Amino acid sequence: MMKRILAASAAIAISASWAQAQEIKVGVNLPYTGIGAEFAQLIDRGMEMYLKLNADKVKPYTIKLIKRDAKNPGGNDSRVATQELLTQENVDILAGWVYSPNAIASAPVVNAGKKPAVIMNAGTAHITQMSNYYLRTSFSMWHAGYAIGEAAAKQLKAKTAVVGYTDFPPGKDSLNAFKRSFEANGGKVIDEIPMGGAGAVPDMTPFFQRAKDQKPDVFFVFVPAGDHAAAVTKTYGALGMQQAGIKLIGPGDITQDTKLQAMGDAAVGLITMHHYHADLDNAENKRFVAEWKKTYGANTTPDFMAVGGYDGMALIVHIAHQLKGKIDGDKAIEAAKTFKYNSPRGPISIDPETRDIVMNEYLSEVVKGKDGKLMQKTIGQIANVKDACKAQKIAPCK
Amino acid sequence: MSAMPTLTEHPAALALTRRHRLRWWEPLPWVLALAFYFLFPRHLGFGTELLIMVLFAISLDLALGYAGIITLGHAAFFGAGAYTVGMLAQYGIWTEPITGLIAGAAVAALIGFLSGLVLLRTTGLTLLMLTLCTMALLEEAANLGHDWTGGFDGLTGITIPPLFGLFEFNPLFPKTQYLYVLGVLFVCFVFARTLVYSPFGQSLTGIRENTLRMHAVGAPVRTRLVVCYTISAALAGIAGGIWAQANAYVNLSTLGLDRAATVLIILVLGGYGRLYGAFVGALAYMALAHFLSQVYPTAWQLGLGLLLVAIALFARGGIIGVGETLVQRLRPKMYQKQPPS
Repeated sequence: MMKRILAASAAIAISASWAQAQEIKVGVNLPYTGIGAEFAQLIDRGMEMYLKLNADKVKPYTIKLIKRDAKNPGGNDSRVATQELLTQENVDILAGWVYSPNAIASAPVVNAGKKPAVIMNAGTAHITQMSNYYLRTSFSMWHAGYAIGEAAAKQLKAKTAVVGYTDFPPGKDSLNAFKRSFEANGGKVIDEIPMGGAGAVPDMTPFFQRAKDQKPDVFFVFVPAGDHAAAVTKTYGALGMQQAGIKLIGPGDITQDTKLQAMGDAAVGLITMHHYHADLDNAENKRFVAEWKKTYGANTTPDFMAVGGYDGMALIVHIAHQLKGKIDGDKAIEAAKTFKYNSPRGPISIDPETRDIVMNEYLSEVVKGKDGKLMQKTIGQIANVKDACKAQKIAPCK
Repeated sequence: MSAMPTLTEHPAALALTRRHRLRWWEPLPWVLALAFYFLFPRHLGFGTELLIMVLFAISLDLALGYAGIITLGHAAFFGAGAYTVGMLAQYGIWTEPITGLIAGAAVAALIGFLSGLVLLRTTGLTLLMLTLCTMALLEEAANLGHDWTGGFDGLTGITIPPLFGLFEFNPLFPKTQYLYVLGVLFVCFVFARTLVYSPFGQSLTGIRENTLRMHAVGAPVRTRLVVCYTISAALAGIAGGIWAQANAYVNLSTLGLDRAATVLIILVLGGYGRLYGAFVGALAYMALAHFLSQVYPTAWQLGLGLLLVAIALFARGGIIGVGETLVQRLRPKMYQKQPPS
């Protein structure tokens, strides 16, 4: 009898410790309130979608999400959230970061905490160099910016370009990336137009008129996703730049899927370069989009932020399996370097040298679909794109 | 005449001479702050933020609460201090923490003095708008000077050496930061307390209550206001500088309207023109925001909003004001029970 009890209690103890090892605590650092709330929701849903669609791959582990509000791009709230996730909640893995300043401010804490931290959006190129525990499953501004410079020169046969950009770091990153690769491929940037800050949407007319007067082959625009992008297409249409033979191009931020329908017919013909749009033609993406629409409503759509969360969760599950549920910071980073995955955006992997994502970039054109809705048609592709800023060791990424 | 009490024994005179004396409860905030350090070692990051906000709110209280300078741009000085400390450290010019704070205070004071010379000729809404503009100009300057200030992404390479060469600034468990901020707050508070009970502080209150009469008695009103604004700016600069050191990071948000509005709300919530309003307001606002947002990451602002509505509707003097009203209601009863002496 005694033996039995002992055996039983031993079994319980073992299963209890087993259950402990099975739960992976993920601390999520996203702006759930304020202007970023919309983005946090997309990333949140992306993570949930992964766990739902790949429940069998997650087993035997369970992922527990502990969410903290990063509140604003000010840095300090996000930093305190990171601190407390590590010291109070003892999370195994950190994830999130919509705003680059928040990821930058959190870097020393991530470094001291020695837990892997998966960046699911923040796009300033050099962030991943600020801590050896940072991994990125979103993008760097250089991914799309550099790729489109090459595509503009080679595929669109453009000789001259004017660049208009919102005057904050992602805009400047985009400008630098585009200019560098466009000019390396024989093009010439004839004017650079700063178009106000990210805080408010300016009247785009004077900037666009200045671009139009110079008659470039292409007009490269970077503005933040959202209302800025809608203003861009409207002004482009109103000034008749398309009729004047000037192609409007940009990174995919300006044709964010969630905003595309609101941009109206003026967006037709817009050419963008990005790693994801909801109309990508592959089996993984079809499954992802269908399940998304079923869960969150037919009028909703995933976008590049959602896929950042989705792939981030895929990476977290990969790490959990590699380390058999016992997350150690340094081992986790080594495990992450072997990550290869067939994502809705196509094949992706983590660059072992930079811990940043390697992925395909798609050149797309906005067209009107059969149902009258706007959609993006893929017209070109560059495979296995690395962050050019780090690959070429350009100033901030040295 | 000899039957009359001498002037120094007059109840009004006694009240005036005693008003600066230490009350029994005044050490309480400091005891609590120290207790927090020992009881909640895992909450010190939040605690540090809270103490910095108290310091910032005290600086605003000097200008707004005591001198009646209506400003919505106080973050200008917070940011000036933060960027001074941050940029000196970033470019390896000066990293020692305490002298760094003095430099931050000096730059903020200079900006406060120069802008005060111009702005304080105006009052009311004009003044409010001009302070807002000053802050917006500084913010835009920091954005345009991207190559030096890091712009929106902020300064990233700030390393602060150990305090007194001994105490490391640990990013994960910010014990040193907490005690350092607490110490600086104490020094600044003692200064502010001495100031508001000094004749200079009295004259500020006089200006707030009745500018015309202060002119009539011959007080140099504008000079007093500019001096007060400069001192207030210096304290805000210290708050900003210490924020930069504790976070090892500075970005545009230090100069933003968000910060300026938050500190104003905190001061109104706690009770302006009362030394301890900054403490109570910062504790109430930040603790509520912090812990509500942990429980309800998406909906915590609702709770905070309801509190602010309640304060605005029912308690114009802030939380301290409510306390004062309660004490006053209790007091007459106590006097009635006492036998006439």
